[in-house]
Amino acid sequence: MAFTNEQLERYSRHIILKEVGAKGQKKLLNSSVLIIGAGGLGAPAAMYLAAAGVGTIGIADADEVDLSNLQRQVIHTTADLGKAKVKSAKETMQAINPDVKVNTYRKFITSENIMDIIKDYDFIIDGTDNFPAKFLINDACVMAGKPFSHAGIIRFKGQLMTYVPGEGPCYRCVFKDPPPKDAVPTCKQAGVIGAMGGVIGSLQAMEAVKYIIGKGDLLTGRLLTYDALTMTFRTIKLPKNHDCPVCGDHPTITKLIDYEQVECDMHM
Amino acid sequence: MADYKIDDTVDITDVVCPVTFVKAKVALEELDDGQILAVRMNNGEPVQNVPRSIKEEGHQILKLEDNGDDTFTLIVRKVEDE
Repeated sequence: MAFTNEQLERYSRHIILKEVGAKGQKKLLNSSVLIIGAGGLGAPAAMYLAAAGVGTIGIADADEVDLSNLQRQVIHTTADLGKAKVKSAKETMQAINPDVKVNTYRKFITSENIMDIIKDYDFIIDGTDNFPAKFLINDACVMAGKPFSHAGIIRFKGQLMTYVPGEGPCYRCVFKDPPPKDAVPTCKQAGVIGAMGGVIGSLQAMEAVKYIIGKGDLLTGRLLTYDALTMTFRTIKLPKNHDCPVCGDHPTITKLIDYEQVECDMHM
Repeated sequence: MADYKIDDTVDITDVVCPVTFVKAKVALEELDDGQILAVRMNNGEPVQNVPRSIKEEGHQILKLEDNGDDTFTLIVRKVEDE
């Protein structure tokens, strides 16, 4: 595939980079990333990946755009209120970059459908806001051998880590089971500062790009935490747990689990 | 130009900075180590900047020829790094 002059101009700031070049840009154009959740994390991730020329982007979300989303979900606008989030997200991505093919999945991810949805993608971004979805995405990615970026945001805090098959721990090595219901508030109950999604979701997009072009060190075996109020970033080393029930030496979880989800957890 | 066996040619007279360099860089990436690229460029800004940028990437500039029509042809030998 040869670049058109228009593509050379669009991606010039990438191609000029030694670490990207024409080869890296072609890798991006030939790659596919699935973003689960078109909310606070998924919005900036989707926009940066579309702008970067990731050739195929999948976006999964069952919800419609709500007024309370617009404080942080920058891919949607006031004119999109009531529209399916995946439709609104697709329109924004294609407006940014018509090179990108966008697949939409207007559904909740469940143990029934996740394997079929993730199978066609090179990298998965977890942009969900609830523990059942996070464990489901982790277990499915481990079982399918797919790399993914985990992230979570609440109040003025955010965290992320990257799982790559065969390298470092999975989410379940670190967090064994979902916490008891209502032990941890959802972002609806607790609030979240809008730019937090921008910071952490952009870092997820960065991990996806680095994975695709094969440059730099990923957040494998490390959890990055960000506290906006104290303005501190920390990386915490995390070992792989050989007794992990899903990625360990003798897995006991061999089937996907749909953990119970309280109603208010369902909103992005 | 007869002095060198040109493996590929790229014309960057149809684009402006920074795409001039980008287009030349992309053409160089397609070549193997030691192969030779001829880059046709406009006089002025491209002649001042593109050869320097290519040199900074580690490639070897062999020659800059005046084509007599306000364009120049730069002959570059690709140097693969790493």
